[in-house]
Amino acid sequence: MLHIHSRGRSLGLAAAFILVGATVPAFAADKPSDPQIAHIAYTAGAIDVKAAQQALQISKNEHVRAFANDMVRDHTAVNDKALALVKKLNVTPEDNDTSKALTKQADEKSAELAKLSGAAFDKAYVDNEVAFHKTVDGALETTLIPSSSNGELKSLLQTGLKIFEGHLKHAEHLASTLK
Amino acid sequence: MRTAMRCSALVLLLQIASAHVGIAGEVVQVKINDLAFSPAEITVKAGDTVEWVNNDFVDHTATATSGEWDVMIVAGQSARQEMTKPGTIKYFCRAHPDMTGTITIVNK
Repeated sequence: MLHIHSRGRSLGLAAAFILVGATVPAFAADKPSDPQIAHIAYTAGAIDVKAAQQALQISKNEHVRAFANDMVRDHTAVNDKALALVKKLNVTPEDNDTSKALTKQADEKSAELAKLSGAAFDKAYVDNEVAFHKTVDGALETTLIPSSSNGELKSLLQTGLKIFEGHLKHAEHLASTLK
Repeated sequence: MRTAMRCSALVLLLQIASAHVGIAGEVVQVKINDLAFSPAEITVKAGDTVEWVNNDFVDHTATATSGEWDVMIVAGQSARQEMTKPGTIKYFCRAHPDMTGTITIVNK
């Protein structure tokens, strides 16, 4: 079993996730391990699926619902691939400070969104999707992909990044249509 | 019994016939690999059918910017759309808008 050794490293990356739009040099020196990377990427995907499910429960806007359905479908597909890969590689993803920080932040956001409805919910959900994808895409590009040592994991993350960049563009376009 | 057999044979014949007459022109393939349409630009004749083959593990769409058609292409599968009128159609994937393509349709 692979363990996470450095609490300091994870905290550094966690801080980067919390500070949306954090710059690269702030955490470029923190190099997470493959099991950490796998868990962080999986957690980010699971968070977005959960957020989309909340949107599908609350939103009545057809474009927001279509976007949420896309998020459920794509992130589930990527996470299924990730699970199959970690099984094949015999890697055990483990919870770490970054995953915990991501989950905590997402739970807080979900509670905040649960108080909203109608157009206010739609805007808050889509704005958060823009911010979330910016953060995750940035972390993938500058930290998670360069730090991954296994070729198959790196390749899956690279494909994931392309998919999530599409989500960001989609979310930004959707946000521009909501008031 | 004989009537039932005749009916079955007729249904079978109709199925075979419809499979062949379903597509009037040629089928032109566009592959989807790693979040990109390939080739991204194609020229077909009016009446030809474009077939998108999705080799990715996520679903995509081929959505005409004009709204003329919106084709769902499930992961690992293919989907088709007949190009009826001459002109130029730009299209993209709704879920991943960076994926774009252009189809030029010329007269037969």
